[in-house]
Amino acid sequence: MSGYPTTWRRPPQIVTDRRWRIALSVAVLAYLVIGMGSVEVNWARMIEGGERGLRFINGFLQPDFTSRWRDISNGLIESLTMTLTSTVVGVAISVPIGIGAARNIAPPWIYYICRSIIAVSRALQEVIIAIFLVAMFGFGPFAGFLTLSFATIGFIAKLLAEDIEDIDEAQAEAIRATGASWLQLVHYGVQPQVMPRLIGLSLYRLDINFRESAVIGIVGAGGIGATLNTAIDRYEYDSAGAILLVVIAIVMVAEYSSSYLRKFLQ
Amino acid sequence: MSTFPQTWTFRSPRARLALWFGWLCLVALFVYCWQVMTANTIWAFIWDAPRQAADIGGRMMPPRLSYLPELLVPLWDTLNMATLGTLLGVILAVPVAFLAARNTSPSLLFLRPVALFIIVASRSINSLIWALLLVAILGPGLLAGIIAIGLRSIGFIGKLLYEAIEETDIRQIEAVTATGASAAQVLTYGIVPQIMPAFWGITVFRWDINIRESAILGLVGAGGLGLKLQASLNTLAWPQVTMILLLILLTVVASEWVSARVRAAII
Repeated sequence: MSGYPTTWRRPPQIVTDRRWRIALSVAVLAYLVIGMGSVEVNWARMIEGGERGLRFINGFLQPDFTSRWRDISNGLIESLTMTLTSTVVGVAISVPIGIGAARNIAPPWIYYICRSIIAVSRALQEVIIAIFLVAMFGFGPFAGFLTLSFATIGFIAKLLAEDIEDIDEAQAEAIRATGASWLQLVHYGVQPQVMPRLIGLSLYRLDINFRESAVIGIVGAGGIGATLNTAIDRYEYDSAGAILLVVIAIVMVAEYSSSYLRKFLQ
Repeated sequence: MSTFPQTWTFRSPRARLALWFGWLCLVALFVYCWQVMTANTIWAFIWDAPRQAADIGGRMMPPRLSYLPELLVPLWDTLNMATLGTLLGVILAVPVAFLAARNTSPSLLFLRPVALFIIVASRSINSLIWALLLVAILGPGLLAGIIAIGLRSIGFIGKLLYEAIEETDIRQIEAVTATGASAAQVLTYGIVPQIMPAFWGITVFRWDINIRESAILGLVGAGGLGLKLQASLNTLAWPQVTMILLLILLTVVASEWVSARVRAAII
């Protein structure tokens, strides 16, 4: 080295070895070329669809709430009732499973059973469960209710179990030292510590369930998704735009009110 | 208070009353919603369900292994859809995140609400709905799936990234500003290095979610494994359905493993 370098360059942050950086960029570039190559683009079809795209954007900007309002409101009522009932049932089932899946208060054999229930519920997509439940229970919101309840179990039970594992052991120890039974320990030592977070999670899941209820309707599980699917199948983009705007508005309201409620509870 | 309570109770009487009232409201609401929801339910179908389940279960077993070679190209398509879609989502989400973050947004009054609306709109519409729309507009195929995944990813990446930008350490940014750096230099030397680990973590996390989602996008015609699933369901070829589901499950588990490893290495 002849002299002190006069310019400074920011050192790389993540992959510090130069050879690895080059190899990685070559690999990424090669993948992009191959990956993009595998995408077949039918330009004629796209140009044809352009007009339809414009109509959809127009429909979104000038949504038509009135002409299909009966269908939209029916779909919304189905979605909202489905969301509430499935969240209540899902949370009610996931509380015992969550307690069972917490390593610090459950015996090992119960722990493994509960963890595997959670794993099964989380591994399967809502839409796939919905397809099967629709095949078994018939079309309509009941299949949707079951799907969302099942999906809620994996979500709430897993997060609740992690929360119980993170509690302040000193408080549980103090309750145990008074000679409390296991039920009393859960009631007085664990429940007060996890309750605010459980309520927060339930509200968050309520929000997710509403969004999911718009999706599972596409495969026949009722709710606003079924209405949306019909609207798109009929090429009524102004009604579809109206439905999407209603969904966005409800999600926004739910998100703001649940964050307000969570602040109020904590 | 004149007399001290003789026995200790968990809550004061008033809190207990409020709690009971809250539970009562919830139960009443639940019962009401249940009534509304099941008004049109045909109960005969529901009591019939265990038999249906046993029937479908019997048809699904054993999975048709010879179908596997036919699934490799759709699998590759699914992976491409997820990866290219994530890439598109990142490209679109980064500017939105910078516009939405309180400390980097050029105009808090106008651009920030617009960026926040884009994030909420993208988050509230599932990729399956985006795909449904895009298939109607662009025609069936991978491209619709990629764009659907990309549009859905904007909200997720944008939200987490703008929170990361807002949590950056102000002292480092001030130090860069104090050297007389321009706004662009403050961005590249003050903010970007701080959010880089979060950025890669979020991207890999979203990629993992996108793999799950792209596996089913084919149900509405956007290519990949979902297309084969739809075809098998329509022809009631249950052993093929089992095979596809097993493959999806395997892909999801593998991508989750990869994403957990990468995130552990970065953070």
